[in-house]
Amino acid sequence: MNRSKFLLYGFVALILAWLMIPVLIILPMSFSGARFLAFPPPSWSLRWYESYLGSAAWMQATRVSLTVAVCSAFISTIFGTAAAYALNLTQSRLVRSLQALLLLPLIVPIVITAVGIFLVYAQVGLLASMTGLILANVMLGLPYVVTSVLVGLRKFDHTQEMVSRSLGMNRWRTFFAVTLPQIRPSVISGMLFAFISAIDETVVALFISGGENQTLTKKMFTALRDEIDPTIASISSLLTTVSFILLMLAALNARNTERSQGRAT
Amino acid sequence: MAQSIRNPAELHERREQRLMMILLAPALLVITVLLVLPLLWLAWQSIRQDGGFTLAHYERFLTDSVYWVTFLQTFRIAVTVTLMTVILGYPVAYVAAGLPQRWSILVLAMVLLPFWTSVLVRAYAWLILLQRNGIINSVLTGSGLIDEPLRLVNNEFGTVMATIHILLPFMVLPLYATMKKIPGELTMAGASLGGSPLHVFLRVFLPLSLPGMIAGMVLVFVLTLGFYITPELLGGGRTYMVSMLVSRNIEVYNEWGAASSISVVLMVCVFLVFRLASLLIPFERIMGTR
Repeated sequence: MNRSKFLLYGFVALILAWLMIPVLIILPMSFSGARFLAFPPPSWSLRWYESYLGSAAWMQATRVSLTVAVCSAFISTIFGTAAAYALNLTQSRLVRSLQALLLLPLIVPIVITAVGIFLVYAQVGLLASMTGLILANVMLGLPYVVTSVLVGLRKFDHTQEMVSRSLGMNRWRTFFAVTLPQIRPSVISGMLFAFISAIDETVVALFISGGENQTLTKKMFTALRDEIDPTIASISSLLTTVSFILLMLAALNARNTERSQGRAT
Repeated sequence: MAQSIRNPAELHERREQRLMMILLAPALLVITVLLVLPLLWLAWQSIRQDGGFTLAHYERFLTDSVYWVTFLQTFRIAVTVTLMTVILGYPVAYVAAGLPQRWSILVLAMVLLPFWTSVLVRAYAWLILLQRNGIINSVLTGSGLIDEPLRLVNNEFGTVMATIHILLPFMVLPLYATMKKIPGELTMAGASLGGSPLHVFLRVFLPLSLPGMIAGMVLVFVLTLGFYITPELLGGGRTYMVSMLVSRNIEVYNEWGAASSISVVLMVCVFLVFRLASLLIPFERIMGTR
């Protein structure tokens, strides 16, 4: 029995290594001094970071991506939380069936979504615009927020809202004073997810972003199709660092959830 | 109106419903305008040509071999990727669910970090690892195991490898959530009744973990059907998947009719997979909202 357990653990350790290595390998590559991607790098340098930070085009793309991610995460958190709140409370069957609609962006293959948005934007003149990019990412972020907030609301005891309102607070104030503080961790994790999905989004941006308003991922994708430029390694390392920090934030956030639940029970 | 004044409960009910609709409106509006309407438009476009009805765009599926070859290749890749994620993901979820809290968090973190890393970054990493003068080839030739560098990328192998890597978390997470809910007493009871560990696993644990496995398989399968970035970057033009067929028809040939009909067929495939799966487990379970 111990031998089979040993084999199982060994197998799992190998899989985990296989999962982690591609993510970690980028870091040493980005400090390489060579033009070609040899491992281990023949010499070390910061030249690929310099070539990223010193390039006006890369910086512009980074600004676009960050602006889009911040704005769209913010808006989809508001829209998604409102929708999840309504879905959780409603008794009506019809409204419940709308939940599947809110998850649709996760189900539709991303290329089809991209083509669809391209069609709409071509009609209304939103192609290659900031507004267009933000709106598209609001849509793509909604399912994450709705899912996460719904899970949070399931654990929330709705009678607390009724108590607050019977004590004379209106609905709006009740939500902010009673409900939101208790579901905050799930709202935050939904927002983090929406943010990371917007930062990483590539395919829709390939279709609808352009000119001044090209996202970082679109620029990376086009660069990768042409040649393997080590500048991408430095950008990738920075993006991975951002993911890592967000994951840590999410983990801290989850721990706070457990603590606050521990207090409640 | 007069009646609703007489009946305050009904009035309240109606006001309540209106409030819920107002809260749902912004999210629904965004999804309707940017997703539902374009899908309907694509469906309409797929049966139109020069202002009249036509099935010509669908006929191509029968006459033009590129179409069905691409669909077949996509389905073959999706099956391979789904099976591989089960083989690799099940042991990981099993071990994570059985470990003490502290260690299981570490295992999950190792699954989640790649999950949170950009798909593009991971595709790039595989490109570096697998290319002709890449890390794996230089290690293999350097150690004398092979003389010529292996062809690992710009083909189906590289595409499948990266796709499995990207989608593995979608298998591990629902499996882990399901396994965590299986009470330990059940397997203990099985063992105390004289079942061998393997027997208990096959008869008790495995059936109870099936819902998580099905949820993971559906997600992985459907996501692979629509994958775009990995075949585009790692396929080297030889691995042609349905998404690429859609984008090529628009970007290169400006063939909206063709792109629409391919999109419709792909959407129908995706819905069929969900429909079939929902016979086994509820939709909400697949999407993790319950």
